[in-house]
Amino acid sequence: MTKEEAVSRLTDTIAKFVAYTGKCLPDDVRAKIRELAAEEEAPLAKAIYECMDRNQKLAVERNCPSCQDTGAVQFFLKCGAGFPYIGELPDLLREAVVRATKDAPLRHNCVETFDEYNTGKNVGTGIPSLFWEIVPGRDDLDLSTYMAGGGCTLPGKAMVLMPGEGYEGVTRFVLDVMTSYGLNACPPLLVGVGVGTSVDVAALHSKKALMRPIGSHNSNPRAAKLEQLLEDGINKIGLGPQGLMGKRSVLGVNVENSARHPSVIGVAVNVGCWSHRRGHIVFDRDLNYTIDSHSEVDF
Amino acid sequence: MAKKILTTPISAEDLEDIHIGDVIYLNGYLTTCRDVAHRRVIEEGRELPVDVRGGAILHAGPIIRALGDDRYEMVNVGPTTSMRMEKFEEAFIAKTGVRLVIGKGGMKDGTMRACRDHKALHCVFPAGCAVVAAVCVEKIVSAEWKDLGMPETLWTCKVNEFGPLIVSIDTHGRNIFEENKVIFNQRKEEAYEAIIPEVRFIK
Repeated sequence: MTKEEAVSRLTDTIAKFVAYTGKCLPDDVRAKIRELAAEEEAPLAKAIYECMDRNQKLAVERNCPSCQDTGAVQFFLKCGAGFPYIGELPDLLREAVVRATKDAPLRHNCVETFDEYNTGKNVGTGIPSLFWEIVPGRDDLDLSTYMAGGGCTLPGKAMVLMPGEGYEGVTRFVLDVMTSYGLNACPPLLVGVGVGTSVDVAALHSKKALMRPIGSHNSNPRAAKLEQLLEDGINKIGLGPQGLMGKRSVLGVNVENSARHPSVIGVAVNVGCWSHRRGHIVFDRDLNYTIDSHSEVDF
Repeated sequence: MAKKILTTPISAEDLEDIHIGDVIYLNGYLTTCRDVAHRRVIEEGRELPVDVRGGAILHAGPIIRALGDDRYEMVNVGPTTSMRMEKFEEAFIAKTGVRLVIGKGGMKDGTMRACRDHKALHCVFPAGCAVVAAVCVEKIVSAEWKDLGMPETLWTCKVNEFGPLIVSIDTHGRNIFEENKVIFNQRKEEAYEAIIPEVRFIK
């Protein structure tokens, strides 16, 4: 395989995968929605879950995106320093998004700021977003894809607390977002919480938390405990599907964290809507790939 | 219970017996209308190029496939967050005479006043269910303000039993989201009190 052929194959696979994630939700999200739907007894909540189920079936039947807001595409890369096509990735990921936009088709969701025009291709200055981690000693590419929709992006919030506010303050911050903006962001939500020093660090953690599978836990026992406490607490609020009341509120709560400056606690919340379009694909150096987010993938 | 179906043009009387939490459907015409279109009509003082008096708007930015010769196909069309239009909606309803405002999530006082005083409803279409909505679109009959790009163009659609539409604000001054919020906030305080003794990690 020449380098040109390899780049073409990689572009093609990622374009198809991105388009596919707009049509079919990941296995963990589908399973959790089924579980939550089965618990509901109120006619309105049941009717909404039935509508959601019918929608996902129709999207597959008609081979089109399941939600009209196919988001601004974001890529989270854990790229081995020895991955042979590392230098080609920024350009080929843009090209993959352009292709997916045409083929899926995806909605045009890239508006240049200040000049205020829609590029019509879903690529522009800094879009798609690339969040890099270079992994020394490896030669593979671990790629998470995400369609950041407007509705679920809107509740995003970050702030820096004083240490006196403690994790009690973190709890208050997360709960307040749930009953204000979270309500309109298409519950049941996946809630990502980031804890660290500054708003930028906390915000990135909170988004990376959304890339973790539902039901996974933070490796720190206290952080894992906070995940469970917040999940139970937000569920007790009973937002239900679409915020129209029901037994539960969330798909899950994932917390990601790093150390902090002693004077501050940076905290951020990002939410994923029920239509959580996350994908995970890993390429080896020969471009063989495995997809663990979607078991029924076919393209 | 019989399916409650409204048909455009909708009269004030048609809405009298409809209350928050009811599920209704729409026959007739529906125009997508969101952020910049609202801003143009209210802040820029421009006339909406589509007559929506007695009609319906949908806060949505659809995915459209262009078929050539100014013909278009609706790929999918789910609702967007209605709250973004709250700033304009009271004046918009008063100026245009629209009877049905469809979107997702709640709206607030301005829209409530307009719905009560000018006899209109705000309804929620289950968000994320854009294919279910597209199946209800018979055809796209016009596209105005195309300079705004695909999501923001005013796409007027002929629709058939468009729904389910969950009434969130009725003509009687009630708002399901605001009423639910009181309950949610009460439960939130209980949840907070239950969590804080468990998270005193800074000692």
